[in-house]
Amino acid sequence: MSSDLITLQPEHRERVGAKLQELAGSAALSDAVESPNGITLEIRAAATFDFLKAAKEDPELQFEYFIDITAIDYSDYSEAKPERFAVVYTVLSPITGLRLELTAYLAESHPQTQSLVPLFAGAGWCEREVFDMYGIRFAGHPDLKRILMPDDFDGYPLRKDYPLKGRGERASFPVYEASEGHGRNI
Amino acid sequence: MYVFQSEVIEEDEGTLHMNVGPSHPATHGTLRLKLEIQGEKVINCEQEIGFLHTGFEKLGEYRSYNQFVTVTDRMNYISPLNNNIGYALAVEELLEIEVPQRCKHIRILLAELSRVADHMFSMGAMTMDLGAFSSILWAFVEREKLYDVFEAVTGTRLTTSYTRVGGLAFDLPDGLEDRVRELVDQLQDTIDKLRDSFLENPIFINRTRGIGVITKEDALNFGITGPIGRASGVPYDLRKLRPYMGYDELKFEVPVYEAGDSYARYAIRMDEMEQSLRIIEQVLDRMEPGPINYEDQKHVLPDKEQVYNDMESLIHHFKVVMPGGQHGIQPPKVQLYSATEVPNGELGFLLVSDGGASPYRVRVRPPSFHNYQVYSKILKGHMIADLVTILGSFNVIAGELDR
Repeated sequence: MSSDLITLQPEHRERVGAKLQELAGSAALSDAVESPNGITLEIRAAATFDFLKAAKEDPELQFEYFIDITAIDYSDYSEAKPERFAVVYTVLSPITGLRLELTAYLAESHPQTQSLVPLFAGAGWCEREVFDMYGIRFAGHPDLKRILMPDDFDGYPLRKDYPLKGRGERASFPVYEASEGHGRNI
Repeated sequence: MYVFQSEVIEEDEGTLHMNVGPSHPATHGTLRLKLEIQGEKVINCEQEIGFLHTGFEKLGEYRSYNQFVTVTDRMNYISPLNNNIGYALAVEELLEIEVPQRCKHIRILLAELSRVADHMFSMGAMTMDLGAFSSILWAFVEREKLYDVFEAVTGTRLTTSYTRVGGLAFDLPDGLEDRVRELVDQLQDTIDKLRDSFLENPIFINRTRGIGVITKEDALNFGITGPIGRASGVPYDLRKLRPYMGYDELKFEVPVYEAGDSYARYAIRMDEMEQSLRIIEQVLDRMEPGPINYEDQKHVLPDKEQVYNDMESLIHHFKVVMPGGQHGIQPPKVQLYSATEVPNGELGFLLVSDGGASPYRVRVRPPSFHNYQVYSKILKGHMIADLVTILGSFNVIAGELDR
């Protein structure tokens, strides 16, 4: 049963890295770096969708296992990054067991990129969460609304300028006025 | 503000809008479903989550690496030890340290015991939702014994917080190995009982075969991992893909089913529990005395005995524990993703370090979040009674779903 399991085949890492580099072409912002899990690459945000589509459909690569989408706010980071927001895409190739960790940077003034939902159905909730926590918009998402925070919530909690406590706490909860004779003295 | 009115919201032309949850016995947590039904048939379903959102990822940016271990308990509260271990492993990879052999063995032992407890409980609950009541009691009795073991090891039953960066909070108590060996036989009996009572039971087969089928393509597209993915023919197990903590030295099979229905999801967990018992027996045979913590005290909390009696260890203890500035564990400035196989699938931690005592960003990739998304798609066309079957076979844990 376990003979046909997905296993990591590190001998393909170099070939896959070169192929990805070729697919990314001029959109790549960095060289494809080999990591313990597979390959990491930085790419221009506008090219993300086409690049991942090509990586998914290429018969030699087959990055068709969706793993995760998340974001990082680099506004407080000690080293300079190209833009404030980084969206990190992770997909896995069942034939080689390698992971592709793709980073695309988005500017603070216009945090928007193309949605991956037509490509990977699992991107739906991940993108909603990134929108919920960072305010990054995904063009073409069928139902982009808050997922974990309440719909009437104000602000984007995982941004670095959002404080850990002190803002918006319990504002949307009903407040009951103590009636005569039954009130608590605080 | 949310207003939950009566169960039935409105009715038009034979279509009924019905609300399930967020606090409903069959949802096993705080999940809400907005259903459109015609008769007993579900024609549309919208999921709403986030009722248990606690901001773990934000909190992680303000807590030290060791403090965050306590937060991981609260993610999947059915198998907290697996979360502890997955997180500790991620930080160790960030620091590029490797724990001693005994620590690895203890971690594997507890991870597999915890996996059995999780599968046992979730499948017991699933059969209870289908109307069989004895099975959950059998499962609960065994889980209780497993929790007694966890209590003996960690001091608590639920919020275990057993791992530390680079090791463990403390070693196993004396005589635990024998106790676990005894337990393994009892667990095998209960697994056989759970298997025999259901897998050839016509009522169970009628209610689960062909119910909630996830195709392999959907499993890949939605990022479904763990037993649910493997029941749909995705042969993906991180213990084999990247054998962390020495899983490659142990002999075990990974069951894979092709059907992708609720029956396969039940059957696969029975097989997985048996494989876990195999792993436990092998680990017990290999376990030898030795240190449990990484030796360099710059990264790892020193042993309490040493802290009380040795000046240098006391200084190291303070350096690791004190907040702010140049104190704490200071990993290199890197971004790292590390994933482990927990009972529900792939639990990943994306850690971004800025060189300080707290992570710059902690992303938790919870298996339930990715597994549960497909639910509304596969529910369409099923009966209301199948709603609980499918939900039970998913084992969605709201703690890690909403974080």
